[in-house]
Amino acid sequence: MPKMHNTPAGRVFDVFNFIFLGIIALLMVCPFLYIIAGSFATEAELTRRSFFIIPETFSLESYKYIFSTGTFTRSILVSIGVTLVGTLVCLFFTFTMAYPLSRKHLMGRSTIMNLIIFSMLFGGGMIPTYLVVKSLGLLDSYWALILPLAINPFNLIIVKTFFQNIPLELEESAKIDGCTEFGIFWRIMLPLSKPVLATFALFYAVAIWNDFFSALLYINDNTKWPVQVLLQQIILLSQTMLNDPTSMGAEYVEPPEQSLKLAVVVVATLPILIIYPFLQKHFAKGMLLGSVKG
Amino acid sequence: MSEKQTTTITKLQRLKRDRWLYLLLVPGILYFLIFKYAPMWGIVIAFQDYSPFKGVFGSEWVGFENFIDFFQNPDFFRLLRNTFILAVLDLVFFFPAPIILSLLLNELRINSYKRTVQTFIYVPHFMSWVIIASITYIFFTTSGGVMNEIVSYFYGKEINFLSSPEWFRPLIMGQIIWKETGWGTVIFLAALASVDQEQYEAAIVDGAGRFRRLWHVTLPAVRSTIVVLLILRLGNFLDTGFQQIFLMSNSLNRSVADVFDTYVYFVGITQGAYSYSTAVGLFKSVVGIILVLGANKLAKKLGQEGIF
Repeated sequence: MPKMHNTPAGRVFDVFNFIFLGIIALLMVCPFLYIIAGSFATEAELTRRSFFIIPETFSLESYKYIFSTGTFTRSILVSIGVTLVGTLVCLFFTFTMAYPLSRKHLMGRSTIMNLIIFSMLFGGGMIPTYLVVKSLGLLDSYWALILPLAINPFNLIIVKTFFQNIPLELEESAKIDGCTEFGIFWRIMLPLSKPVLATFALFYAVAIWNDFFSALLYINDNTKWPVQVLLQQIILLSQTMLNDPTSMGAEYVEPPEQSLKLAVVVVATLPILIIYPFLQKHFAKGMLLGSVKG
Repeated sequence: MSEKQTTTITKLQRLKRDRWLYLLLVPGILYFLIFKYAPMWGIVIAFQDYSPFKGVFGSEWVGFENFIDFFQNPDFFRLLRNTFILAVLDLVFFFPAPIILSLLLNELRINSYKRTVQTFIYVPHFMSWVIIASITYIFFTTSGGVMNEIVSYFYGKEINFLSSPEWFRPLIMGQIIWKETGWGTVIFLAALASVDQEQYEAAIVDGAGRFRRLWHVTLPAVRSTIVVLLILRLGNFLDTGFQQIFLMSNSLNRSVADVFDTYVYFVGITQGAYSYSTAVGLFKSVVGIILVLGANKLAKKLGQEGIF
């Protein structure tokens, strides 16, 4: 910013702007703070106080309860497993396709790019896609939560641009040393693209962890539900999905209803909150490296 | 003739030389063929009376019957109205929000404060719609929700936000503004950062105040970004976020909540009317593509760069 001459009105604006943006920022995170605080509070405090971000009481009751139920633990494991495997699969599909498309001498390159862009503008829609997944026998399979999302065309284009910006000389000298195209990809391009790999690993992981739609469409068997679907059942449909008869022993206790809901939201959000600092650090850099310049 | 031959040979040689690259392309191409292009081909069932037992080849062709059925269905106008209203509200309230927010952020002089604000406002973007909807339920429910406690304190009684049709649209708008405005600033801030600083200095020399600098330097600089995003937005004009609306709709607000996308899901997936709902989906896609091409053409006519 250059030094600007500032009028009194300008200074007033600055102060208001400062305060206003601070309020906006707080509004964006306050709901999360309340949910986290509330999940540790006792049921009595939740009914007594309407809004707080520091609980007076501290209780792990609701967490103990949700992790004692088979339904919840199972769905968390499903989500973790699908996210880990899915991220690797998505990276594999995206990067192996982006690299050849970044080589300008490749025949048919522009045709493939045009077909990709066309698929971003026009698609078959929900039902034909459902029928394809169904005909592949993927209904009720965890692969249905992964394969249809394997390539995000926007991500593909950014990665392709990143590869294009790597100097050609690197590739040529590797060729002189007797490196095959595959060797160049594996030994030179992938190591160079570590920040981009990290960025898109995070993006894909978030997308798969957050995906609710695929499970809704393709998974009917409720023992295979990822945590997002369980969350929808518990909170939006107010179904007591956690009362899994198999996990109910003689010492069955009445669950703390309100804080339990908050705890379920926290657990479904937790992985994102944990990786967010890394995500935040990486995406600006990663996106910049592959910024879409056409 | 001989020249043609040499090019054929070179082409073959090029194919052979790049065989590893083509091998790398295989998984990606398979992905697009199976999950993007096969469904496009599957659209033909919109013109059939598709039966899963007979398959696409065995099913009977019915021409435009499914489309005619849909246009004659009383649901059609309700869906069109609901989808259209949400799309317009989105364009009026949600679209400008990131632009305004990034202009305000851009006026912040203290960089560390700016970065802190940015870190906070990006957070909701990374949450799933289920989490956003859950938080909305927890805050707006009549059984002890924070919002309703505030409302009943000032207004004397509670409002059933979650199941009143008149509150559905404000909630949907509030959610999307809350979730995506912060993230939407990323692209505008990048555009603002690339504005030539000398232009500001020149404007200051010419005696331009802050507002005039905003109007004459900053806004023109991000105009092309705004136009491109507007065109893309128009392309998805009828794509009211399926997940968001699906999660927020219930039997009591259905009259305003049903949009093309949720209708396709309910009629297609839960009731199994494959052909009919594919026709509905195709109608929506075609309108979308016409809108994006039209907007692009209009932008070019107005002297802006389009996206094609």
